[in-house]
Amino acid sequence: MATEVFKHGLGEPYKRKEDARFIRGEGKYVDDVQLKGMLYGDIVRSPYAHALIKSIDISEAMKVPGVVAVITGKDLDAAGLAWMPTLSGDTEAVLALDRVHFQMQEVAFVVATSRYAAADGAAAVEVEYEPLQVIVDPKKALDPDAPLLRPDKKDKQPTNQIYHWETGDRTGTDEAFTDAEANGIVVKQDMFIPRIHPAPIETCGCVADYNKTTAKLTVWLTSQAPHVHRTLFAIVAGLPEHRIRIISPDVGGGFGNKVPIYPGYVCAVVASLTTGKPVKWIEDRSENIASTGFARDYHIHAELAADKDGTVKALKVHTLADHGAFDAAAQPTKFPAGLFHICTGSYDFKHAFVDVDAVHTNKAPGGIAYRCSFRVTEASYLIERMMDTLAHDLGKDPAQLRLQNFIKPEAFPYRSALDWTFDSGNYEGALKLAMKNVDYEGLRREQAEKRARGELMGIGISSFTEIVGAGPGKHFDIAGIQMFDSCEVRVHPTGKILARIGVQTQGQGHETTFAQIIAAELGMSPDDVDVEHGDTDTAPYGLGTYASRSTPVAGAATALAARKVRDKAKKIAAYLLEVGEEDLEWEPGRFFVKGTPGKGKTIQELAFAAYTNCPPYLEPGLEAVNYYDPPNLTYPFGSYICVVDIDRGTGQVDIRRFMAVDDCGTIINPMIVEGQIHGGLTQGLAPALYEEVTFDEDGNILNGNFQDYLVPTAMETPNWETDRTVTPSPHHPIGAKGVGESPTVGAPQAIVNAVVDALAHLGVRHIDMPITPWKVWNILKEKGLTAD
Amino acid sequence: MSTHHIHVTINGTAYEGDVDSRMLLVHWIRDGLQLTGTHIGCDTTSCGACTILVDGKATKSCTMFAVQANGRQIMTVEGMEQGGKLHPLQEGFHEKHALQCGYCTPGMLMAGLALLQRNPNPSEHEIRVGISGNLCRCTGYVNIVKAIQYAAEKMQDSEELSVPAQVALAREASNGD
Ligand code: FES
Ligand code: FES
Repeated sequence: MATEVFKHGLGEPYKRKEDARFIRGEGKYVDDVQLKGMLYGDIVRSPYAHALIKSIDISEAMKVPGVVAVITGKDLDAAGLAWMPTLSGDTEAVLALDRVHFQMQEVAFVVATSRYAAADGAAAVEVEYEPLQVIVDPKKALDPDAPLLRPDKKDKQPTNQIYHWETGDRTGTDEAFTDAEANGIVVKQDMFIPRIHPAPIETCGCVADYNKTTAKLTVWLTSQAPHVHRTLFAIVAGLPEHRIRIISPDVGGGFGNKVPIYPGYVCAVVASLTTGKPVKWIEDRSENIASTGFARDYHIHAELAADKDGTVKALKVHTLADHGAFDAAAQPTKFPAGLFHICTGSYDFKHAFVDVDAVHTNKAPGGIAYRCSFRVTEASYLIERMMDTLAHDLGKDPAQLRLQNFIKPEAFPYRSALDWTFDSGNYEGALKLAMKNVDYEGLRREQAEKRARGELMGIGISSFTEIVGAGPGKHFDIAGIQMFDSCEVRVHPTGKILARIGVQTQGQGHETTFAQIIAAELGMSPDDVDVEHGDTDTAPYGLGTYASRSTPVAGAATALAARKVRDKAKKIAAYLLEVGEEDLEWEPGRFFVKGTPGKGKTIQELAFAAYTNCPPYLEPGLEAVNYYDPPNLTYPFGSYICVVDIDRGTGQVDIRRFMAVDDCGTIINPMIVEGQIHGGLTQGLAPALYEEVTFDEDGNILNGNFQDYLVPTAMETPNWETDRTVTPSPHHPIGAKGVGESPTVGAPQAIVNAVVDALAHLGVRHIDMPITPWKVWNILKEKGLTAD
Repeated sequence: MSTHHIHVTINGTAYEGDVDSRMLLVHWIRDGLQLTGTHIGCDTTSCGACTILVDGKATKSCTMFAVQANGRQIMTVEGMEQGGKLHPLQEGFHEKHALQCGYCTPGMLMAGLALLQRNPNPSEHEIRVGISGNLCRCTGYVNIVKAIQYAAEKMQDSEELSVPAQVALAREASNGD
């Protein structure tokens, strides 16, 4: 029996519980919520990227049939709500007062009886603007004659520079560089990681419902962090927190986009408070791309010092970060550039120094962690590009150079030059497996033959190290709240379980994997465990799902809560079997008396006894809660190999093969892990070849919709190949590390490295993403290589 | 603005109602009829989350006015399960882990269904072309392709399951185009 029930425990491709509703069209997303008497909101947005607001005239809008109210910045100001805090300690305008700072900024909120009437009303609001000089290029933001973009905070910040942040050993790094200039090699490279957008297929939105009688506010919200959002609503709006209920129902993808609080949410809440009716606000795709949290936008200068034989010594990185009009980056307070200083990657650097300058421009606010633990994507990209550049300059094979410089398996736990403690790893194991899977040597031979014939083929490697699972709480927070997470396990008398978790799913499959964790701990079928999340009235407090933290943090809380249940069940078993606890042994699903396997009690029998025949010295019932503050982050890793062919006629890059070897520690559900990797790789392919949010010099967004912002379709996406190694995390209760963001972090540089590798013999050293056919074709043209 | 009285058959059920001439079909289906399985993901006819079958043909319901649906046969994701039995495509999506957040799924299922009607035995490339009007941000498409292959095989094995009845009817009705 035990083996039978254990079938769907850890490591089994147990089919997803949540699918049942989604394949029938019965998922419930925010826009599916329909309440009696519900009103609809629409936002008037600025056509200018930088302008003064001279006047706002709402009189025509109020005449539009169906329009109930028009809220402006002045109205909000009267209630003290015109500004709201961002996740990075800045303040952001909810509705602009006297000035707009980016195109599509929120200026007024129209409330009406239908979507269409609200849109009509928004079109009828007359706003007079006086355009101002626009700063699009972050390098110009620091010019002495640049206009001050944020006069509202000039006392605290007299220029457009938001912060300067640095870390590492400057002196030791400089010395290593001086030495390498004389005796070794120094490579330098500028690279730009463009502004991109997470663009989940469901946009952001909410339904705010304030009940005057109960004085309770319920908000259905596209939220990756419902509890944090509840607390922020309480603080910002001054509402009692127990009278706020945030429900994050089914969420159609998040990827970091749904971590911040957006002006539309606040406006809908204000509109519901004032009208006493439920108010729905759902943004359009254009609004989503043009105004909500973007990611990346890092201008990087990197330098790497090494010995002549290619042994790396020191890394120096300077970055200019464009945060847009408001600093709405989702970063822990202690680390304004997030975990960017993981940029020494998988290699054993003795010295490193990193600094980041962040500035304002007239672009949408953000700097969110798009499927990424706070700037890890940028960090991983730069080091993997630098390793290839070093290999290129030394004339070495990039795989050999990596194998030479990896942190060795026996060096863990490994303290990096920038002060992270890597928990576990076997980097050469992953790279060697990937090389074997693609027949790396064979590919190199093929490449040489093709080159001789004038054909362009490239092989790119990325051996990334990730850092996920924030906390520990003493180092990581959102708006001051420490990054722990939680799980509550309730065992019903008949042995069936309801568990509630502090994290929230946007497709990760928590209802399945968290049930598997509990099932494995208690030796039962995950069919008997239901997992709920996303409702702040019922779920224990948690920090939410982003930065691959659900499994490392809430997954640990879940295993530990289940273990608490098991511990209590053991006490009950001892009582029922009339033996000491020390005389009991556990096998999946039951305790039995040591040496007498026939004498035992199943977990279901013990659950029943907890309610019907509980030992007099124990509290009845069988429930447990665990709040887990991790002792360290986890460090998943992997090696990806990408093979590309380039069409000399069009400059088109064709990804012929992409082999992804991932190591995320213990695997809960291999099917779900593989799915996460497929999706993440596709979100790594996207910036490498297709996606970039671009602006003209007046700050007009040039591709703020799905027609022009090129999310890959099935036509562009290759058949991903995956494989794995398993190196458990030593400090996680079940050894799991988290996987969601690894592929998005690791993939872009494998693709860029492959394209550069295909062109390296022509003297090409670097191409910035996205590598469009136009960019490649121009390079080929310059080299006289375009085919007719 | 004029209003129109329309009659539409959706998943075999007759519906009627008054719609403004500018009302998008997707809004009428979702807000008016509360069939919320059909989703909205963009404002440029790019994402396919709103895909339904109109007279048997895959159609982006955000790009059609409700009034244009007057007198037509529509099928949405809610019509796929027949007599408590999942359609092979639904089964395939579950079996092959072809969905994560589920937001694109109804549109993908509809695009897949239209494809299998036209081409009961599509190649991988034909499947990719068939769903190229539908964006998925979660899955990377590999498993969606597998799910459609799964359904194609299953439908060839058991003919009677091939297409829900009303779609078959609609196909006959629209024969010739
Ligand atoms: S909603 Fe995107 S195509 Fe219809
Ligand atoms: S499953 Fe999330 S968009 Fe496709």
